[in-house]
Amino acid sequence: MVARLLTPLNRYFRARPWLAFALLAVFLAVLPFIVGAGFGRGWVRVLDFVLLYIILAIGLNIVVGYAGLLDLGYIAFYALGAYLFAWLGSPHFGLHLPFWVILPLGALLAGLFGVLLGAPTLRLRGDYLAIVTLGFGEIIRIFLNNLNAPVNITNGPQGINLIDPIRLGDFSLGSTQAVFGITLYSPYLYYYLFLAFTLATVFIAMRLQDSRIGRAWAAIREDEVAAAAMGVNTRNVKLLAFAMGAMFGGVAGGLFASFQGFISPESFHLLESIMILCMIVLGGMGHIPGVILGAVLLTVLPEALRHLGDWQRAWLGEVVVDPSDLRMLLFGFALVLMMIYRPAGLIPSRQRKRELAAEDGVAEQEQASLYDTRA
Amino acid sequence: MDIFVQQLINGLVLGSIYALVALGYTMVYGILELINFAHGEVTMIGAMVSVAVMTALIAAVPGMPALLIVLAGLLLAIPACMLLGYGIERVAYRPLRRAPRLAPLITAIGLSIVLQNLAMLIWGRRYIAFPPVISREPHQFLGASISDLQIVIVLLSLIIMAGLAFLVQRTRLGRAMRATAQSREVAELMGVNVNTVISATFVIGSALAAIAGFMVSAYYGLAHYYMGFMLGLKAFAAAVLGGIGNIPGAMLGGLLLGVIEALGAGYVGDLTGGFLGSHYQDVFAFMVLILVLVLRPSGLLGERVAARA
Repeated sequence: MVARLLTPLNRYFRARPWLAFALLAVFLAVLPFIVGAGFGRGWVRVLDFVLLYIILAIGLNIVVGYAGLLDLGYIAFYALGAYLFAWLGSPHFGLHLPFWVILPLGALLAGLFGVLLGAPTLRLRGDYLAIVTLGFGEIIRIFLNNLNAPVNITNGPQGINLIDPIRLGDFSLGSTQAVFGITLYSPYLYYYLFLAFTLATVFIAMRLQDSRIGRAWAAIREDEVAAAAMGVNTRNVKLLAFAMGAMFGGVAGGLFASFQGFISPESFHLLESIMILCMIVLGGMGHIPGVILGAVLLTVLPEALRHLGDWQRAWLGEVVVDPSDLRMLLFGFALVLMMIYRPAGLIPSRQRKRELAAEDGVAEQEQASLYDTRA
Repeated sequence: MDIFVQQLINGLVLGSIYALVALGYTMVYGILELINFAHGEVTMIGAMVSVAVMTALIAAVPGMPALLIVLAGLLLAIPACMLLGYGIERVAYRPLRRAPRLAPLITAIGLSIVLQNLAMLIWGRRYIAFPPVISREPHQFLGASISDLQIVIVLLSLIIMAGLAFLVQRTRLGRAMRATAQSREVAELMGVNVNTVISATFVIGSALAAIAGFMVSAYYGLAHYYMGFMLGLKAFAAAVLGGIGNIPGAMLGGLLLGVIEALGAGYVGDLTGGFLGSHYQDVFAFMVLILVLVLRPSGLLGERVAARA
């Protein structure tokens, strides 16, 4: 039914791509005002986080979706980017470098660590790689948590405070500004900055997918031996996937630190890595619209579930269960049900859809090989 | 030298708990080639149920002998976990046996989130104290102190491991398990009911996890809804260290990991001139894991799995 309504619409816009782009641009430009007016200013912050998670999800999608390397420690790169921003732009070390110096440095540092993680794990595939990367993420977090003595580097569990907002000259995104006569609060300003980064990320990721490297990643994902036989330098290409994915994480981390003004190891828990992975898997692995949808859903859903308390009061007359306890429970159930009923994600890529729809035996075989550890 | 013996003992105690949990991972992996991520949470549920039962019993029946209380706690936690393990397999893994490999990993993660939060709803966010039913009186031994509890933990896990080895090597069910591990299809053709075998594997693993959960909460004197996560990860590291899918490997890996961790935590301060302290204990498990996977992916006792690595 919905599909029948959408098809002519789809055809209409396909013939006029500029119109679709213009509408999308207007929508994205006014979105924070709609959200702010409709749901309150707190939701504009949520919107900012949606954009950050889209960057993270697309970055991880390069590693997991394109190259087929299951990475459960991705949040470590986010943490490195965030801590680098905090070290170079806060009273903690007394340094206040501008953001256009720190963000590229953060990307570089994260990329370097991506290669450091990638190099020893090149030979591993599937579950093994997942566990090693998970261990890597935990090691980074434990160090962040404990490197406050004898030399105070990370300030331990208290985290680092008073991180500089992003600032160009006198124009600081951390305070309310008037632009063209419109008063813009800090979350609105960050929205436009993050939007620019998100669009750049989407663009880069799309171009990468169709590039020579992107095709090499797909080849490795489907069959590493065959890819090597076809002349793909599997070692370099895999390292590149790790480094590229990590760089997006590093940039997002820097943005997060300056937006939040405060970071602590708690923000970089394993659950965050898992969350980002779930965004990719729920939306449709390796497929950018799916990944974006997954990021939006999984950022908004836990926030919306905070209102469970209000609903309980409305329906049952009292708050029976603390909503913050309940929301993760429901989230866990959602993951399980989703995987059982739609294992390929909400919007699977065309290729995956074809695999699932193909003749049963063939589909089974292809699926088995997709993430199988056995050659 | 005193520190060495003491840490060795601590490591062996902790290691035998790891070994029990690692057995659950390795048995499931051996048969399904799947990391049962929710296994750590089963351990946590075992600890929580036994602590809750014992606390309730002490309040309800004053003057009950300590041994009876402990037995009641264990005997309720074990079936509860067995049921849970069976349920996990039925709900999260069986419908996904033909799905892409990432799918069961995600359901397992989803289930562990569910179990953690259920435990938090039932028992609250705070640490629950283990009731004082087991003596912690230390004995002196080679300049180190060792308590009755520690001796019981090590002995009991050795007995259980021997029992498991007997089950796998000498019984009909054990033979069916080994056959299924080698090839599910061929085992099925030979008349093995594969589904029953897989369920039995989960149930046995969960029973071991329940005992381990009881032990770990008795050892630390605490139970907490989040305790299963780290324990599960370390036990998994132990299983990989020994060679995943290999039952003696899991036992060896568990004991070794416990000892490495204890010695590492005991000496890291001296080795780094005080720069890193004993709170880096958790890092060692992951370091070992990464080193093993990089240098010898098949683990200490595992067969060579070159194509898999």
